[in-house]
Amino acid sequence: MAQPKRILVACGTAIATSTVVAKSIEEEMKKRGIPVVTRQCKATEVKGLEHGYDLIVTTTPLPKDLEVPVIQTLAFLTGIGKEDVLNQIQKALE
Amino acid sequence: MSSNKIIELLLPSAVCIQLVAEDSKHVIETLSGELFKAGYVYESFAHAALERESHMPTGLPLGGKYNAAIPHTDIEHVIKPALALATLRKPVNFQNMIEPESSVPVQLVIVMALEQAKTQVEMLQEIAGLLQDAAIIEKLMNAKEIPQVFEAFS
Repeated sequence: MAQPKRILVACGTAIATSTVVAKSIEEEMKKRGIPVVTRQCKATEVKGLEHGYDLIVTTTPLPKDLEVPVIQTLAFLTGIGKEDVLNQIQKALE
Repeated sequence: MSSNKIIELLLPSAVCIQLVAEDSKHVIETLSGELFKAGYVYESFAHAALERESHMPTGLPLGGKYNAAIPHTDIEHVIKPALALATLRKPVNFQNMIEPESSVPVQLVIVMALEQAKTQVEMLQEIAGLLQDAAIIEKLMNAKEIPQVFEAFS
């Protein structure tokens, strides 16, 4: 069994939107047979936490000089383009 | 979709229908004020929510007739969880969550007073579900009285 992929999920306060985003990603990736673990954080904490993660998903802008790939999206809140974003996440984890 | 958690937390005295608002600040202050009067948040909530909105905006383009915003702030300003909601007679601009330099004309505002608790996840997912349901949004925007707002969620 492959190691689960690690995704850092960022939003403004780490209680609201990132909760929804993290849960959606976990559920949807599970459906696609990709085990993931997520951790939520504030946008301001990403810089110190990024190492050890395969991907960062964020609802708010992040610093530009990150080393881990970043996907910025509102799709998990608004539903717009959700399938596209899920495909992007899947691709980024492969 | 039935949205029991929203109905449970939405405070009737903090539901403002067809609010005439000048700008986003006015909406946030009005809804925060109602939450404060009812004892759900500290007086600091309004200022903190405005401050957060200024650098981490919450405007959400929904791709339909109406757009929404979900202002909120850190948990230390919250006494107990509640939601406040306003429909606006005319849209006011909020900055876009994902692209803060651009603005979104918003007519539905839900202020979330959240504390860190596992039960909040359900509520937040319901809000996300609501934002994805054009029929509920339409019912909310057409509501003329507070009970119709609650009906829209049931």
